[in-house]
Amino acid sequence: MSNQNRTIYGGKVNREKPINFVFNGKSYIGYQGDTLASALLANDVHLIGRSFKYHRARGILTAGSEEPNAIVQLGLGARTEPNIRATEVELYEGLEASSQNCWPSVNFDIGAMNNFLSRIFPAGFYYKTFKWPPSMWLFYEHFIRKAAGLGQSPTAKNPDRYEQKFYYTDITIVGGGISGLLAALGAGRSGCKVLLIDENPELGGYLLDYNFSINEKDGKKWLKKIIDELNGLANVVILKRTTAMGYYDYNYLTALEKVTNHHVEFSSTLPRERYWRIRSKKVILAQGAFERPLVFADNDRPGIMMASAGQKYLSRYGVLPGKSVVLFTNNDHAYLTAFEFVEKGAKVTVVDTRDLLNARISEKCKSLNITVFKSYSVIKTYGDKKVNRIEIQQVDKNQNQLTGEVENIHTDCVLMSGGWNPAVQLFSQSRGKLKYDLKINTFVPDKIIENQKIIGSNNGQFNLQENLNESFEAGIAAANELNFNSVEKVNWTGKEEIEFTHSDVEPYMLGKKKVTKGSKHFIDFQNDVTAADIFLAQREGYISVEHTKRYTTTGMGTDQGKTSNVNALALMSHIHNKPVDEIGHTTFRPPYAPQTIGAIAGRSVDKLFDPERKTSMHEWHVENKAVFEDVGQWKRPYYFPQNKEDIHQAVKRECLAVRNSLGILDASTLGKIDLQGPDAAKFLNMIYTNAWSKLEIGSCRYGLMCNEHGMIFDDGVTSRLGENHYHMTTTTGGAARVMSWLEEFLQTEWLDMRVFCTSVTEQWAVLSISGPNSREFLKDLTNIDLSKENFPFMKFREGEVCGVKARIFRISFTGELSYEVNVPARYGRYVWEKFMEHGKKYNITPYGTETMHVLRAEKGFIIVGQDTDGSVTPSDMNMDWIVSKKKEDFLGKRSFTRPDTVRHDRKKFVGLLVNDKKTILPEGSHIVEKALKQPPMKMLGHVTSSYYSPTLGYPIALAMLKDGFSKMGEQVVVPLMNGKIIEATVTDTIFYDKEGKRNNE
Amino acid sequence: MFIINCPYCGERDQTEFTCHGEAHIARPDNPSEISDEEWGKYLFFRENPKGTHFERWTHDHGCRRWFNVMRDTVTDQIIKTYKMGEAKPVISNE
Repeated sequence: MSNQNRTIYGGKVNREKPINFVFNGKSYIGYQGDTLASALLANDVHLIGRSFKYHRARGILTAGSEEPNAIVQLGLGARTEPNIRATEVELYEGLEASSQNCWPSVNFDIGAMNNFLSRIFPAGFYYKTFKWPPSMWLFYEHFIRKAAGLGQSPTAKNPDRYEQKFYYTDITIVGGGISGLLAALGAGRSGCKVLLIDENPELGGYLLDYNFSINEKDGKKWLKKIIDELNGLANVVILKRTTAMGYYDYNYLTALEKVTNHHVEFSSTLPRERYWRIRSKKVILAQGAFERPLVFADNDRPGIMMASAGQKYLSRYGVLPGKSVVLFTNNDHAYLTAFEFVEKGAKVTVVDTRDLLNARISEKCKSLNITVFKSYSVIKTYGDKKVNRIEIQQVDKNQNQLTGEVENIHTDCVLMSGGWNPAVQLFSQSRGKLKYDLKINTFVPDKIIENQKIIGSNNGQFNLQENLNESFEAGIAAANELNFNSVEKVNWTGKEEIEFTHSDVEPYMLGKKKVTKGSKHFIDFQNDVTAADIFLAQREGYISVEHTKRYTTTGMGTDQGKTSNVNALALMSHIHNKPVDEIGHTTFRPPYAPQTIGAIAGRSVDKLFDPERKTSMHEWHVENKAVFEDVGQWKRPYYFPQNKEDIHQAVKRECLAVRNSLGILDASTLGKIDLQGPDAAKFLNMIYTNAWSKLEIGSCRYGLMCNEHGMIFDDGVTSRLGENHYHMTTTTGGAARVMSWLEEFLQTEWLDMRVFCTSVTEQWAVLSISGPNSREFLKDLTNIDLSKENFPFMKFREGEVCGVKARIFRISFTGELSYEVNVPARYGRYVWEKFMEHGKKYNITPYGTETMHVLRAEKGFIIVGQDTDGSVTPSDMNMDWIVSKKKEDFLGKRSFTRPDTVRHDRKKFVGLLVNDKKTILPEGSHIVEKALKQPPMKMLGHVTSSYYSPTLGYPIALAMLKDGFSKMGEQVVVPLMNGKIIEATVTDTIFYDKEGKRNNE
Repeated sequence: MFIINCPYCGERDQTEFTCHGEAHIARPDNPSEISDEEWGKYLFFRENPKGTHFERWTHDHGCRRWFNVMRDTVTDQIIKTYKMGEAKPVISNE
């Protein structure tokens, strides 16, 4: 039989549109407008999953986003999602869902054994049991992780698209219930830009499920009119199926919009979800409240649900969750649900914790044949996979205990109502302070920090009449505060059959200590935290609310304690005999509800995760089979393998080509900064360690930059192009950092210096040609006189190369005769191809960064960031020659005489040659005083660069070695990870062409 | 996430800016003449107030200008932003 629990009439589902879906492999039929939860209840499916720790049978507790129990694995394959609340999933054709945390099936679950073993699984069980010995933790953890957890994460890559939207508005209203709608109307009529967010597919909130009147007419029609008017206002944007997740400083909110989650097919044009980043001048919180469970023994069985949830399933979906219903309440308002159930054919019994009952309600109960047990409490429930019987007993309030005969009631559905808790999560995220309201026994907003209002039941105000008018006026006032014109106030008279009175007992039930022993009074359903666990935590000294939370796990999990927090706090207050205010509450943090990582990432995935920077010759490198290396965001050719060469063969060939004939490197990624202004030389004198005042126009100079701690942080060649015009180069990775460094001092320290810095890295393509044949090669392609006399080493010339205006710098990073040819970026590939063509007779060889590294290491040129690490001075690098003694001041100078920087046993930059002439030391290897079988060994330094040198025919290495300059020629040992111990000789850092003749040719 | 009123561009989102720590720490005019202690103070010593703090920010993804921000570290309210070279505002006792 299908839809056996569906009422004959009523509800807002479309009974003309049946929808097929599958739960745990079985097919069912629901209707358009159902949620997964309502469709399952309609089909008499109550057992939805197993609980986290004890694997107890669990059903549907609520009808909204606060659901702790009915969480399912939704969808299949790459799109499967764990821990989805069945109460929020809109039914779509072909939906597939399954229970979680059970094996082999939800009906026969082996883990349910934990329930019978619960005596050995109290709160803190894991902390106590798996603590010792410490070395065993990794072993235990493996099994604990396996046993814990909820649903399964997908293992395949998510094929869906997620979008992000940045949004600016005057007023954001969170919650589309009656308060939010009226606030939106008030602000909307004032002409303000309003964003209204609601997590449900339909606006109206709580009033959609209850009968009420406005000005003595049907309230539902009035509600529709309000929504219609809002839909017609161009300045009001309404987001449905959108959950506000985070509330950050300065009214910055994030919200997750489900765009196509509820569609049959995933859309090719629309994203699955849209993540909103909202900045708002004002925020109005109108999120409403959550109904609070009552705590009694075995209050977690399927078939036990919140009264408001029962009301919603009945009135919204036309589903009668039970025919023989018990309402367990401590307040008047829940009686409305009892009446509704009777009207739809259920037999209802009421168990009320209070002894005085409003006469009107009493009479109505009598006329509807509802038995009311006053001053009674449910004390225990029975039923394997669904509740079938309860025990009740009278409460002696004065004695605070149970008394009299235990009575039995047979039932198939228990509705409970323990009062309401305002949904203060977002308010609390915005650093709003809460206070405990003794009248309604819950936390309510107290002090607001942000530019914000909080209204309606979210503010602890439950009376319909007052909420109508105050919410509307709050909207007007908010607009007014933003200087929008006032609109006329309206006076509505709103009425519910039973006005919202507040629970007049504490949220936690009576008879506390005795009853809780040995039975399970659940406080937190999702984490299986019982009242006994809270008692235990207090006995063991975890008294602070934060400790209790972590020790028992109450308030954790996917629902973050939306239904459990206040009950846990109230119980702690009872145990310590202190007001709840003094117990305090834990901190609420974003997100408000679980959200997909995909939405947070948005489009910043794959290639869009981080920008890729490519030089103007990049495509040529690709076509010529370069292997690439990432240098920052740049893609640089690593080496250019020919035929089936591996990296070593290719690098060897490339190195020898440069040393013997002609190589070409794409050096466009080098940072380039154009410096202009009358104080440029003065500025360079402060930035670099060496002197710049006497650099002639047309000359280049190498410079080292230090920070104020005296540590090297970048290097490069700067050339003087004109009287007040310099061209600075930086390391590829340091370009942005150097630019900021220059600006920092120009803007914050030397405001009187007239210097302008412009990044021109991407404006110039740089072709670095290097090798003994480079002059011969280049002279045919340029109108610049390349003769040694006219264009010596460390000079700069301007002219044409291949018909393109070019700047040529005669500088060298390889130690060979070299020219760095700079052409406007758009000519980069053109000139490169001309070079390749013309260079054939010299066997011109493109080389990559690895060859560049080997060649410079042969010459002992440092790479900042590889040979240095932010803790070395120029002196440590044996570069005193570049530190001016005459300049009174430059950045870093003062720190060179700090006690620590003048220490003689600092690590110094040296060369290393392995004695076996074979082993290439791994970079990062430690040099030790004495090699032992195993660490610790006393360290003397480490290898910073290490290569096989094709030019020399043996390996070379650069290293930082304690007091290295006085150890020239000495032997050191380097133990390797594989157990081998390598002996090496300390040398200077220049391995090739020590006199520097070759680049001077 | 703050909204920061850049003195050159106006109000912008915090993601466009970078904070560079305490403001109004002038580089000594005569580093070579001061003691290690004094130099150390300039390099390493910073206030960590509970309350009003003066700090340097840059509008990196905007005008790239440096400026100063007066911020309350308790409430995270930005009290004032002002250009480099302008005098340090006085903290009122209200």
